[in-house]
Amino acid sequence: MLDPILLWSGLINGLLQGSIYALVALGLTLIYGVLHIINFAHGSLLMLAMYGVFLLFTNFGIDPYAALPILVIGMFALGYGLQRVLIGRASHGRDENILLVTLGISIVIENLALFFFQGDTRTIDVPYAFDSIEIAGVFVAIPRLIAFGAALLIAALLWLMIQRSDVGRAIRAVAKEKQGARLVGINVDHIYAVSYGIGIACLGAAACLLMPTYLVYPTVGHAFVLIAFTVVVLGGMGSFPGALLGGLLIGLCESFGGLFLGESFGQIGIFLVFIAVLLFRPSGLLGSRV
Amino acid sequence: MKKPTRSGNTRISRRSLVKGSASLAALTALGGFPQVLRAQGAAVKVGVLHPVTGAIAFAGTQARIGAEMAIEEINKAGGIKSLGGAMIEPVFGDTQGKPEIAATEVDRMANEGIVALIGSFASSNTLATTQAAAKHGIPCIVDVAVSDKIVGRGLDNVFRFSPGFGKCSEDALNNLVKINTAAGGIAKTVTIIHEDSLFGSGLAGLLNKRLPDFGFEVIETIAHATPTRDFGNVVTKLRAAKPDLIVPANYYNEYVLLARTMLQQRVEAKAVYSVLGGAASNYRFVKEHPKAAQYIMDCNHWADPRKDGTKALRAKVEATGKFFTYEIPMNYDCLHLCADALERAASADRAAVKSALAATNWKGMIMPYQAVEFDETGQNIHALPVNTQIIGDDIEIIFPEDLATAEAVYPMPARG
Repeated sequence: MLDPILLWSGLINGLLQGSIYALVALGLTLIYGVLHIINFAHGSLLMLAMYGVFLLFTNFGIDPYAALPILVIGMFALGYGLQRVLIGRASHGRDENILLVTLGISIVIENLALFFFQGDTRTIDVPYAFDSIEIAGVFVAIPRLIAFGAALLIAALLWLMIQRSDVGRAIRAVAKEKQGARLVGINVDHIYAVSYGIGIACLGAAACLLMPTYLVYPTVGHAFVLIAFTVVVLGGMGSFPGALLGGLLIGLCESFGGLFLGESFGQIGIFLVFIAVLLFRPSGLLGSRV
Repeated sequence: MKKPTRSGNTRISRRSLVKGSASLAALTALGGFPQVLRAQGAAVKVGVLHPVTGAIAFAGTQARIGAEMAIEEINKAGGIKSLGGAMIEPVFGDTQGKPEIAATEVDRMANEGIVALIGSFASSNTLATTQAAAKHGIPCIVDVAVSDKIVGRGLDNVFRFSPGFGKCSEDALNNLVKINTAAGGIAKTVTIIHEDSLFGSGLAGLLNKRLPDFGFEVIETIAHATPTRDFGNVVTKLRAAKPDLIVPANYYNEYVLLARTMLQQRVEAKAVYSVLGGAASNYRFVKEHPKAAQYIMDCNHWADPRKDGTKALRAKVEATGKFFTYEIPMNYDCLHLCADALERAASADRAAVKSALAATNWKGMIMPYQAVEFDETGQNIHALPVNTQIIGDDIEIIFPEDLATAEAVYPMPARG
């Protein structure tokens, strides 16, 4: 019943969608790897970044791709500030406090968004939104191809930075052994904030790549964050290559699940994989710490 | 300023206090309050209950705008004359889109002494509000809610101004046949794409059953979840199936994504035709995505563009930077209908207003109905939907002919 063109389309769509999941999950896995917390504010911060892209476009005519550096730097600063001023202080060094603080932040951000933008859905219309190319019979939107490439590139850059740079070494040191890192003179609070900032900066990038083809509303983060959690667990908590692989796998799962089981039932595929991983490989596919 | 009066043994919780002061604030902002204090006869309290926060807040907010504008007009014109020029004092409520909250809001409003209730947009919410209002004997004017269960329960306090689900889908199918026949019967096959909750599945089920009776073949029915993040595969299936007609039944977000993906993948069909379509009758969609929205048809509620009242209201709404969506004229009409009933009842007694509503024969609406008259179930027998099409940067009426502002563009030209 399935002709090859549908399978081919399923493959392409799955990979394209998966790259965005991976990008959202990268930030989450970095924050988990270093701060050892699940960042509940992840979804709402993604939503915030998407509104940022929307406002830059509608008020200043800044193209989403041109807005990428602005958003990445802006979100980094926001993330750094949040961790330094709010999360770090309120946590008193206890992980469960951090969890609650990030949950609180997400509630505040979502309600602020509701207040300023109402429950309304907003989109931007860029001139290239409907450009597409045909790859062996399947039409692929150019913005989604760009998002795919950019997501892979960002993942690679992040990985390089963590592996090769001084900041990266410090981040890895703090992730492995906080007290030890402090003893050798690493400013742990600073590194925590940097890690959180980088994690949030990934969301800025994801928002810029999403907005040309997607839409934003105050609870848009929910649609992504549950998937991102799944990706992080699937790939291995705290693993970059794991998040990338996990993201692409989940994208494929969703896409083929949709093809074989129907669009609404197909979502079940994601969680079946998730349960299977937890059963047979609880540490995830590439379960090593950053 | 006086606090909203509360009778009985209601405890003033923090929540209701906040809500009460919110409605007071809204009143003051409306400019109607100073007039209320002038007190020519006691003000008549009318409940205006919509989902102004939550997932369907956009529609609810629009609905409230329509109600506010009507109240402002009625009060400016001297209020309810048979009650000595009594002003209409709105008591606002928020269902948050949730039936259980909608019902408790009705109880609160009943304690505040409302005489009638207008609302509450969503079918599930309105089922709850009408039932709760029945307990207090409050007559309800239903603005939009399309589920036919609302008027089918034998409640004598329910008066639905607008057409229901059955009427809308029958008209949609009849009009579709007429449009198709006029063009030489070019469309034969249909693909339905629907979201998988009550609204989409219900509609898809109904259309699946009825379309063959009208000579159409449904070749595929595709269900999807809300939210759906990617329509790539759905649209690939569409390309493979090549239906003449594409019938989407989903909410705004998914509708927009689907329309955009269809354009990206260059899907060509004779028409995209919705029934009560989420985005197809929304100016935001037209404005933000003129290309993806182009030529999409819908069968939906719509104000009569020929009437002066419609023109004036639209100008007024657009001057405030808002979109003139159908919720606005419908609630505007409902408030005027309520004023008409109060005028005839010459009483602020709930039962008297209910009898007055039941005896309504009113022609002052800006919706394209011949009149408002309620049958024994409380359904306005003249209510009807119209067919609209997005042409250029406007939403035009293409059917019925006597209301049409433009000729239907059918089949739709290639949009690539």
